[in-house]
Amino acid sequence: MSGTTTTTVQERHTVNPLDRPWGRWIQMAFLFFIGLLTLMPLLWVISTSFRTLRDSFTVPPVWIHFDFDFSNYQSVFDTIPFLNMLRNSFAYAGGAVLGGAVTSALAGYAFARLQFRGRDVLFWVVLSTMMVPGQMTIIPVYILMGVKYLNLVNTLWSLIIPSIFTAFGIFLLRQYFRQVPGDYEESALIDGANQWQIFRRIYLPLAAPGIAILSILTFNSRWNDYFTPLVFINSQQAMPITMGIVELQGEWSTGSIAVVFAGIVLSVIPVIVVYIFGQRYLLEGLMMGGIKG
Amino acid sequence: MASETLATRERRGSLLGWFRADTFEGVRRQRAILGYLFLLPAFIGLVAFVVGPMFVSFGLSFYRWNIFKPPDPIGIANFQRLLTDSRLPGIYGNTMLLVVGTVVITQVLAIALALGVTQLRSRKFAYFLRTAWFLPVLMSGAAVGVTLSYLFQREFGPINYYLGVLGIDRIPWMTSASTVMYTIIITAVWKNLGFIFVIYLGGVVSLPQEILDAADVDGAHGWRRLWTVTLPLISPIMLFATVINVIGAMQIFDEPQIMTRGGPGDGSRTAVMYMYEVAFKEQEFGYGSAIAVTLFIAILIVTGIQFALSRRWVFYG
Repeated sequence: MSGTTTTTVQERHTVNPLDRPWGRWIQMAFLFFIGLLTLMPLLWVISTSFRTLRDSFTVPPVWIHFDFDFSNYQSVFDTIPFLNMLRNSFAYAGGAVLGGAVTSALAGYAFARLQFRGRDVLFWVVLSTMMVPGQMTIIPVYILMGVKYLNLVNTLWSLIIPSIFTAFGIFLLRQYFRQVPGDYEESALIDGANQWQIFRRIYLPLAAPGIAILSILTFNSRWNDYFTPLVFINSQQAMPITMGIVELQGEWSTGSIAVVFAGIVLSVIPVIVVYIFGQRYLLEGLMMGGIKG
Repeated sequence: MASETLATRERRGSLLGWFRADTFEGVRRQRAILGYLFLLPAFIGLVAFVVGPMFVSFGLSFYRWNIFKPPDPIGIANFQRLLTDSRLPGIYGNTMLLVVGTVVITQVLAIALALGVTQLRSRKFAYFLRTAWFLPVLMSGAAVGVTLSYLFQREFGPINYYLGVLGIDRIPWMTSASTVMYTIIITAVWKNLGFIFVIYLGGVVSLPQEILDAADVDGAHGWRRLWTVTLPLISPIMLFATVINVIGAMQIFDEPQIMTRGGPGDGSRTAVMYMYEVAFKEQEFGYGSAIAVTLFIAILIVTGIQFALSRRWVFYG
């Protein structure tokens, strides 16, 4: 009985050209082709990074052939202070994540759960700063970081401090704090909790998914940031990894391709690890409008 | 009101009683003060690093200033210079071409991928494809720029090699002013496709199946169903995805900066790259700010137009 039902449903659907066998195959071939286009360059990067210098840049290109020659990875650390750059990137991204989580959680909670005069006006002010692109503010921030004022140019602080304050983070966490039912607060109050405890013990843990989303997005965007360091940093000692791989390539592409690709592989590993463990949060965050650059 | 009288009594009692936790009024005041305290760090930071600098940028655009000489107010001279700067039409032309090319290709492909991948029967294959498309999004613009600069290399680059196999002459991807912007567009699409795809995927997954089935029953299949049913249903996401895509494309910097440094000539220089060059290479903060201000206004106008036009095509069921 159920067999006949299925047949009729399928019969109805076969009118759709994409449901005909050849349509389906063309569709799958197209999807797979786009997948190849995005995957092949990365495969090339990885396999080349494991090949000996002499074989690395061959025509025709070799996509999957590993010599498992790790000397390129050694060269990365010998050519430039790569370890130091990795540390710088971790400090930049980590500082932005920590600072951003703290300021956004506090402000998001205030906007979501506390009542005070001028709250809604202030919230609109914060929201409107989301429209301002980074390029619009970088010249004054550069002057502010310069010798005349804060004197932080060429230090990691010039990267970390401005990236701590994000309207997006405040907005995101406000949404999470608002989802928590207000009853929790009243019962905690009756049990003798003070206002700080209500925030710290009850609301903050419940907003953890929001903080995870914010942290992952912030980590990725700061780890991958190239524009801000290019403006603020000019000594190799303070450079993050994004500037490092460009240094490896050299002004006129004089760097060995295998060594450059080894550097790229190393620089991508942390974001891949974050992606593997925080996929759900990352995708959810990007769908909510993600912070870029 | 018992709490009211209690509160007045407390207020008369002592200053501390003013926000004691055992009165209704006291708790209200505590929470208000806590609200201001909690906002303080974020607010100071946003004022110092976003709102303040934004106004300073507007102000600076009316000055001639490099770090060696004190600022000199010159009125609208920077904006007059913008109008006569012979490099700007080409640079804005590049930026517009980049935005239109990137956004059109990315949007069409992303919608096709999102609709396609949700129809796949094999979940594993779908997962593999999603991951493959998304990997470039995880990479930094710097890594993408470096990688693709080798791929597009004229003599030994893999792309020209395969074109050669197909009998096509080597294309000067990054070294000819007439082709270089297309190379940057391909790069931008490659980098951002997965991001826009993910935005659409959320919408396509939650498409109401009963409406699609009803359309089928009513005789709307294939392309017809796509145009008259599916696309209108995801049109709010199309607006969101396009706005984000356009704003992102107007600010592209990393990839062309690394692949071509704006060259050959100004062949691949974008507005942000020009601002970077003027402000931080030539140290002309005033003129650089004027370029930043026009870019900001351009972003606002383009976004405004998109929202205004959206009334004609976005369907809020």
